[in-house]
Parts: sequence; structure tokens; C-alpha cells
Amino acid sequence: MANEAQVRKMTDMMAKFVGYTGKKLPDDVIVKLEELRDKEDSPLAKVIYDTMFRNQELAVKLDRPSCQDTGVLQFWVKCGTGFPLINELESLLKEAVVQATFATPLRHNSVETFDEYNTGKNVGKGTPTVWWDIVPNWDGCEIYTYMAGGGCTLPGNATVLMPGEGYEGVTKFVLDRMTSYGLNACPPLLVGVGVATSVETAALLSKKALMRPIGSHNENERAAKMEKLLEDGINAIGLGPQGMGGKYSVMGVHIENTARHPSAIGVAVNVGCWSHRRGHIIFDRDLNYTITTHSGCVL
Amino acid sequence: MVEIRDGKKVLITPISAEDLKDIHIGDIIYLDGSLTTCRDVAHRRVVEEGREIPVDVRNNAILHAGPIIRPLPDDKFEMVSVGPTTSMRMEKFEYEFVKTTGVRVIVGKGGMKENTANACKDFGCIHCVIPAGNAVVAAVCVEEIVRAEWRDLGMPETLWNCRVKEFGPLIVSIDAEGRNYFEEKKIEYNRRKDEQVEKISAQVGFIK
Repeated sequence: MANEAQVRKMTDMMAKFVGYTGKKLPDDVIVKLEELRDKEDSPLAKVIYDTMFRNQELAVKLDRPSCQDTGVLQFWVKCGTGFPLINELESLLKEAVVQATFATPLRHNSVETFDEYNTGKNVGKGTPTVWWDIVPNWDGCEIYTYMAGGGCTLPGNATVLMPGEGYEGVTKFVLDRMTSYGLNACPPLLVGVGVATSVETAALLSKKALMRPIGSHNENERAAKMEKLLEDGINAIGLGPQGMGGKYSVMGVHIENTARHPSAIGVAVNVGCWSHRRGHIIFDRDLNYTITTHSGCVL
Repeated sequence: MVEIRDGKKVLITPISAEDLKDIHIGDIIYLDGSLTTCRDVAHRRVVEEGREIPVDVRNNAILHAGPIIRPLPDDKFEMVSVGPTTSMRMEKFEYEFVKTTGVRVIVGKGGMKENTANACKDFGCIHCVIPAGNAVVAAVCVEEIVRAEWRDLGMPETLWNCRVKEFGPLIVSIDAEGRNYFEEKKIEYNRRKDEQVEKISAQVGFIK
């Protein structure tokens, strides 16, 4: 019975947290957007930023999702092997999404492939997406939530380069995507780049990179240098807010990497839109929680 | 009809081709009147399946969008959040769509290409973007959801026919002369991108 009550409690908390992240942006995103807004001087860029900030205010005031595309829910889970609800976690996250869909409300964003119908509940085969990292000898659980909207999902791309193409090839791959698809994906963007050994390893990392706080750097010195070069380079393209022109295009570029096969460089790019609805919550074994992304959020 | 209200240029439906004459790319305008959400499958139905669109959008506006709706009693609905979706997905259908339906204003997100630009020029139409991700700003401009058609498509794809008041800001991205803001901008962006690829490549020769 105790376990059942705990499952209920965690489901309710996750449903609330998901709903909250659809209405209020994380602290780091707000700070970055304010910084970029203050640096733009064209009238068009100013009108767009003013609209963005008025929208975020209204969303909180009227208690509504700030963007209508509340995405497909994705969860990045780091779960300790001793976390009491490890067995129930995946099914309770699914239940939390159904609950949030009606309570928040969220848009219905889960279309079964091949049968091509919308389930109307935001859950379906394999949705919400849950990625697992198992942490031995720990009794807590850490969850990143992410609302993957359609617009910023579209630029996603992955390929395998020949080593002869090098990091120069990585650069071109990323920048080409910014001017073809990025400008329609609601800049200023957060750009995630995976550099690894194959398409799937790179692709996963490119999305995981978007969970990092804005302003954080890759721990490898060269990778960190490349993050800065890409950030400055994409800014210099001048996409501006909504891709309509301005001094800045991105909130940041995050690279995540692994070792690679000598014959291949797997590379992938993923972007988050300005409305980067990422949340991060850590539970202890008694379900006491810490939210690192949204100060003042109480579940 | 066009009205200047508190310094804002407001298009009021029904809109004539004449009303669009003095509107150019980069202008900021607002919309009063009939606006219907219309996206992927609805375009496919009109253009590929040849079905008649059940909401008359002639001389009115459409919005590439899939909103969040809350059902109310008596078959009424509340617009909770509504914002534009990527217009480019409708590009392949838009020439025929404008030709068939007579729509005058298309609102969406990001740019569209020559199919749409040609339709704007040939039939007297404009494409505008409403800054995306601002779904509450847009939703509070919706006074009433008048009708809901093709409900079998589910919440995002249903044709939600709305009466709107000062819906905007709308930034004109294709005008009735067929000029295309994003395509013109893209030339600049691509030129700068090539410069940056070269500049960065000179500094990332890690494989030696």
C-alpha cells in the first residue's frame, strides 16, 4: 500500500512539473533571452522580443501553456538502482503525461505511425520517450523533462563523415542546417551537436546536449573552443529572433562527444527553440524533491 | 478593408486585393475578423483530394496552426493557446490552395517559397508571420471560436474558425507583388555562413 501511495504521489508531482514547464521557461533561458533582447537594436527584432516577453507574462498570469506546441514529452532519467520506484517509473511517467494532458492542458501530440491516428492523450507506442541511465548504489532519481515541439524538431539531422572531412566537415554540417532549417525553428536557438562514432550515438548526444544549462561548456578544451567558435559563427550569420534578422541567432551551442571508430565521425545536430521548455528535478528515496531549473516552483 | 487604429495598420475581413496594394514585406500589421486554422491534412484534402473546404475562407485569413482548445458546454470551445506552425510544410500545396479557396491572408511561421510567392502575386494574397511561440498573446486576440469543421482530424488539425481582434503583430513575409522577405534574407545569411565556415574551419584542424 505504501508503494501504491508513493506511485500516486510521484505521478501527481511529475504531472504538475510537466504542466509547470509548459507555462514558465527555465531561469537560465529567461536570463539569456533578456541578455539577447537588450543587445538587439533593429525595430523588428525589438517588436518580436517584446511580444515574447509579453507572452511569457501572460502565460503565467492566465495559467496557460506559453506555446501551443507542448511537444512530445521526453524524459532523461538517471535512476539509482536503489530508488524505491524504479520498477514503476516508466509507467508512472506515462500516466503523468496523460494526467498533465488534461490538467494543463497540453496539445494532443502523439500520432501512431502507420495507423496514423492521434491518440488524444499524448501517449502512444514509445511515447513519451524515456531514456535510462542506471546509477549503481544510489537510492535517488534525477529526471530531465523536455517538450520537443515540432518546429524545433524539424532541423534535426545526423550523418557519418569520413575522417578526411574532419571537424571542418562538422562545422559545415552544422552551419548548413542553420540557414536551411534553423531560421524557421524559432531562433534564438539552443544548438546541440553530437560528435561520436555513428548516427545513433551522435543523435542521442545532440539532444542530450540541450539538457545542459545555458552557459555551460564541454569539459574537453578543444570541444569547448569549438562550441564558442560555432556560437560566434552562427551569431554572425545574423538570423535574429524568428529568423527575421538581428545580431544574434543562438542562446548557445553545446557539444557532447564520445570516442569514435578510426574510419568514421558520427555527427548530429538538434536544436531547441527560444521557448526551450526543459525541466530538471531530483528525487530522494522519500520523494523529497529539488528543482534546479525553475526557482520558486512548488509542486 | 484597411484601418489605421492608434498608429496600427489593421486589415479587416473581408479583404480585397486592393487592400493589399500598400502592404510590403517587413511591414507590421494586425487583423480583425475571420481567421481559420488550417494546416497539413486540410491542405492535402483541398488540393490532393479535391474536397471543398467546409469553412469559406474567400477574402478572409487562414493560420497555419494547431491550437490547444478547451471544450465548453453546448458545442462551444475556448482558445487556450494558439500559435503558428512551420509554414514551409504547406508550401507544396499553397499555390493550388490559394487559387481554389480565394484566401487573402496566410499567417504562419518562417518563410515560404516560390509556389506561395507566385500565388500571392497571381491571386492577390500575402503571407505573414506572427512571432512564434507566443501562443497566449495570440489566443487572447481570439474573441470567439465560431465553428469547428473536419473535427475527425483531431485537435491540432481541425479547422477552427475564429473571430479575432487586432490579431498580431503580423510581419509581412511575402507581399502581393510576390516579394519574399525570407528568401531575400537567405541570400545574406548564406553568404555570411560561407564566410563563417571558412573562418571556423581554419581553427578546427584537430586531425593531424
